[in-house]
Amino acid sequence: MAMERELLRHIFRKAVTLRYPFKDKEKVHIPSNFRGKIAFYRNRCIGCSMCFRVCPAEVIEMIDDEKGKRPMFYLDRCTHCAQCEDVCPTKAIELTAQYESAGTDRSQMILK
Amino acid sequence: MPEFSVIIGPQHPALKEPESFTFWVDGEDVVRTQVRIGYAHKGIEKAAESRTYIQNIPLIERICGICNVAHTVCYTQNVEYLYERKIPRRAEFIRTIIEELNRIHSHLLWIGIAGHEIGFDTLLMYVWRDREVVMDMIEAITGNRVSTALMTIGGVTRDIQPELVAKLRKGLDILEKRTEYYEKVVANESTVLVRTRGIGVLTQAEAIKHCAVGPTLRASGVRSDIRADDPYAAHDEVPFKVITTDMCDLFGRVVVRVYETIESIRQVRYCLDHLPNGPIRIRLPNTPPRGESVSRVEAPRGEDIHYVRSDGTDRPSRYKVRAPTLGNLAALVEMLTSKGDYKVRVADIPIVLAGIDPCMCCMDRTARFVEPSKGKEWVWTWSQLKKYAKER
Repeated sequence: MAMERELLRHIFRKAVTLRYPFKDKEKVHIPSNFRGKIAFYRNRCIGCSMCFRVCPAEVIEMIDDEKGKRPMFYLDRCTHCAQCEDVCPTKAIELTAQYESAGTDRSQMILK
Repeated sequence: MPEFSVIIGPQHPALKEPESFTFWVDGEDVVRTQVRIGYAHKGIEKAAESRTYIQNIPLIERICGICNVAHTVCYTQNVEYLYERKIPRRAEFIRTIIEELNRIHSHLLWIGIAGHEIGFDTLLMYVWRDREVVMDMIEAITGNRVSTALMTIGGVTRDIQPELVAKLRKGLDILEKRTEYYEKVVANESTVLVRTRGIGVLTQAEAIKHCAVGPTLRASGVRSDIRADDPYAAHDEVPFKVITTDMCDLFGRVVVRVYETIESIRQVRYCLDHLPNGPIRIRLPNTPPRGESVSRVEAPRGEDIHYVRSDGTDRPSRYKVRAPTLGNLAALVEMLTSKGDYKVRVADIPIVLAGIDPCMCCMDRTARFVEPSKGKEWVWTWSQLKKYAKER
């Protein structure tokens, strides 16, 4: 009864799954509030170390470069909680919609 | 007559979490049950003591995957009690919305699992398909499906935009329609009735004696719900009915969860209608004043209790979590013991186990020391453990 109706409805439907890594990449739905890979804007950073203090996963290390103190990110440890983005007074850190963050080399996952 | 013991766990393909159960059986009847916990000690409390209050939020969220919102609400309001500050009303409403959405998702997930355990996989497929609706709603509000990272000390991190409200309402309508359909399915489908009626009986007196919590307690006819007894967030304003039934068996637990899902949908709808304007968070200093506090939250599985002690630094000096499953374990042993006319069959073990909606890994807080060759078991205090470490 109820099940047959459901079956008929689904026979003529397209599959809901995507063949994601091979194609349909543009169809992947990313919600507007999504927290993806960290992007860092050096020109906005004032080196206040607030992000370093709130990070729960020890992603951030404070280093010195020619312009002064700045954070460096070990993205392989990041839990994407966005606490660094929330606390940053100058919006120098942004969590982008970039979701493909897997890799095989840890040294490639350092954001300088 | 010799007794046979059937041991399930700690590593068992059917039991997804590491806990050990020993069932003494006489033929098909389970005579006695013993539970051994402590295989999934994650050390979260100790880790919480070495991190700052703000760093602890994502850690506490990871106590439980399914009821993560209940734990974070409990943690953040616990720390807010330390500051003795009230958060903005809008933030309280958003917390209530996301908490109730989390409850809907957890209850639907459980109904699916119960269907799977009784060999009714069609129900699993149906329910989990419709659960995607609520997952999409959570994703639209917070950006993530499961670990939402929405709560923060002093409010919430993300606002509900006005254009999102219409989308959420549409989702709620679908969910309500589907849940009402499941209400009919579980009440009329013989597969469900045969496998749940008169199984896993826990009388009202036993439930109170063994301190059961949550839907397990309410299915035994006790009217107890933290949202009604000790309202937090916006629950003092949002009207809702505490669902109880005096069926005292597994069927009662299914019914309580189905009706609670409908109640939660109504609560979310009320919150969306009456969402106040204003800020969503207040900034609090990094260091709370010296003191201690206890916070209680009605998680999908029952009462969740957190305790915090602050010594005036930016890290808690003690953090204690009592997850709801621990409260239900003693009652579970009672359900799995045959007495008088009430017989527990071996085939009913999986569904009775699943009936309390166990989340064993959330519950393990202590490590127990065992020396099997001498048959010795003991628990060490922190100072004893330190002394032992030094002597070694």
